[in-house]
Amino acid sequence: MTTTAEDRLHEYRRTLRAWLAGHVPENPTGDVEEAKAFQAALHDAGYSGITWPAGSGGQGLGPAEQQIFAEEAAAFEMPVRPFLIGMGMCGPTIVDLGTDEQKRRYLPPLLRGEEIWCQLFSEPGAGSDVAGLQCRAVADGDGWVLTGAKVWTSNAQWADYGAILARTDPDRPKHGGITMFVVDMRAPGLTVRPLVDMTGGAPFNEVYLDGVRVGPDDVLGQVNAGWAAAVTMLGHERVTISGLRQKRSSGLTFEALADLGRRHGTDPVARDRLADLYAHQRVLELFNARMRQETVAGAAPGSRGSVGKLAGAMLLRRAVDTAGHLAGANMVAWEDGDTGAASLELGTNSTPASNIAGGTNEIQRGIIGDRILGLPREPQVDRGVAFRDLTVGTQTSAAETSSEQTPKGGS
Amino acid sequence: MDLVLTSEQQELRAAVRDLLTDHADSARVRTAMDSDTGHDAELWRRLGTDLGVLGLAVPEELGGAGAGHVERSVLAAELGRALVPSPFLASAVFVLDTLLALPAQPARDELAAALASGERIAALAVAEDGAGVFDPGPSATRATRSGDGWRIEGRKSPVLSGEVADVLVVHAVTDDGPALFLVEAGASGLTRARLASIDPTRRLARIDLAGTPATRLDGDAAAALSAAGDRGAVALAAEQTAGIERAMELTVEYAKIRVQFGRPIGSYQAVKHGCADMYAAWEQSESAVRYAAWAADHDPGALPLAAAVAGVYVGPRYFEVATGMVQYHGGIGYTWEHDAHLFYKRAKSDELLLGTPGAQRARLAGLLNI
Repeated sequence: MTTTAEDRLHEYRRTLRAWLAGHVPENPTGDVEEAKAFQAALHDAGYSGITWPAGSGGQGLGPAEQQIFAEEAAAFEMPVRPFLIGMGMCGPTIVDLGTDEQKRRYLPPLLRGEEIWCQLFSEPGAGSDVAGLQCRAVADGDGWVLTGAKVWTSNAQWADYGAILARTDPDRPKHGGITMFVVDMRAPGLTVRPLVDMTGGAPFNEVYLDGVRVGPDDVLGQVNAGWAAAVTMLGHERVTISGLRQKRSSGLTFEALADLGRRHGTDPVARDRLADLYAHQRVLELFNARMRQETVAGAAPGSRGSVGKLAGAMLLRRAVDTAGHLAGANMVAWEDGDTGAASLELGTNSTPASNIAGGTNEIQRGIIGDRILGLPREPQVDRGVAFRDLTVGTQTSAAETSSEQTPKGGS
Repeated sequence: MDLVLTSEQQELRAAVRDLLTDHADSARVRTAMDSDTGHDAELWRRLGTDLGVLGLAVPEELGGAGAGHVERSVLAAELGRALVPSPFLASAVFVLDTLLALPAQPARDELAAALASGERIAALAVAEDGAGVFDPGPSATRATRSGDGWRIEGRKSPVLSGEVADVLVVHAVTDDGPALFLVEAGASGLTRARLASIDPTRRLARIDLAGTPATRLDGDAAAALSAAGDRGAVALAAEQTAGIERAMELTVEYAKIRVQFGRPIGSYQAVKHGCADMYAAWEQSESAVRYAAWAADHDPGALPLAAAVAGVYVGPRYFEVATGMVQYHGGIGYTWEHDAHLFYKRAKSDELLLGTPGAQRARLAGLLNI
């Protein structure tokens, strides 16, 4: 790296730091209007779509600038949550695969914070095995009619558009008969319902599609090449999840638990667990820092991101265990207004999400085993079999399978 | 902080690995571990003289290479990867670091140069009653003046590489507090007995001193042992991390070729996921070691915490991974013929060398003020 490039990056960081200090709201309300206003401000300041090509409305900069942005932004709680999926996944996929018309239509309003996107992949019967999805896209004139159910959809309640995977050809093997469409979230036949999770909150939605029409211009990528489009988008998802450093507020960090220990006192066992928790938290931070240094040096992290995802999830489980040693009965019952205990409750009850969402721990271990260690894959019983002949989801009998499968052909 | 090795550091790693591939394969490791001295004197000479790597972290004016702890961690890793039985940790790490933490003085400078070249071998005789290498505990070993010199009375155990050492650095209490002493191997009243050990690749001894003449080293013994303890923990964690990597590699290789029920066992999730956990443990251990070694060279103020984190995290991971190595190898992994047990045993001796995991976590808790 030349001195000039270093100077330029230094200046980029300095300007960015000042901008963030002046523009990130101190006490974000978290509502969608605030997010839209902040995303627009990011855009006006030149921090929206940092690595997107200039021709697509982005800044055309490199991973070094993106890295600086991630580092500087980590100190703030930026009100950008409704835009994470659009900016992190759908937008980059349109950059990669979209037609010129799709790029013109969708990218500028996204970059300016005017339109919100969601991603409609998971279904009740297709979680880890997304390619087993059952949402049908039946040809009708020059377009298709979508019927099915999607689940775990963030943002759906305020999204303008969604990137949806649907089955266009059930006679092909499961990966080969899927198409990705852009769907208008306000189209007739589309219903969004909040999904209450085990914390009692509803940050996700269920989306039901009952005869929702999409046209030929809504295909993202090619017909029946939706799996490749999904892999492209999920690659961006991994970067988004691992690159996004949110201000941790769950009460399950070492720092929060050490505080708890100072208030409640620590017995030797709790002290022992707390020290072990610190070590695990610290080595994960160091692993992430090492991945970033290797990325800047030109070595793409690839599947090693799965290590961070897995270790982060396991770290939270360890923290839940440690918390019990520190808080004792106060982790079970507390007076109204005890925000510390309430935050511990939320952390405890949301820890399973970290171990499931974005690829379960088991999926991450599979990725590490298959792609990094090169271990032989499991025999795949669904390989080469037409989708309509497969058992998917939680079907319990062949009879049920065939009765559910019959309508899929659209006959 | 730099968590990625430079190309020079990678070249060093390749050079050491080449040497060990030729001179420390499994057969040679087993010959060395069964020999009288418990190590391969010819390999020791090659490391000290031909490659000149035993004094990587020793300043040039004291006869070392003037490189640093990152470089030495690379060497420690390669030796650990190959399970080389050698006095490296005792002599070129624990004693050298202790000497370098003391003020300059002829006896120190002369010995440091001899250790850096491998010409002499030293051992650190601090622990009593089975404590960690750097922990004298409530020491019962006494040193008293005798004419111009000192005489020591007491027992040290376990002393790593204590039997093969030419000279011992002994911790003893004087009327004006604890101090470190040099005791020559041939000194009167010194007896050394080899201890039975779980780890055949590592020799530990009991040392008895009965009015043994000694030379006192100037300087604060507790401070020197503390500084050396941090640096030693980094080298040990590097050895452990390389052991994790090698145990994982061998396990993965085997899981790819061992077929049961018509499939390679590595295709079963029960085995594959265990291997993935080994990989995650290795990646994080490597990150902890890279940071701690960097801190030893560039941010000494951060070293105690960095070294404690590495020790607390890496030690138990090595034993878990080595346990998995034996487990996934099944019956063959339980044989003496297979190397899996050597990793398993080294992992346990490494894990406890600097104190129990609980003691190491208690030390970390102290550094964190919790």
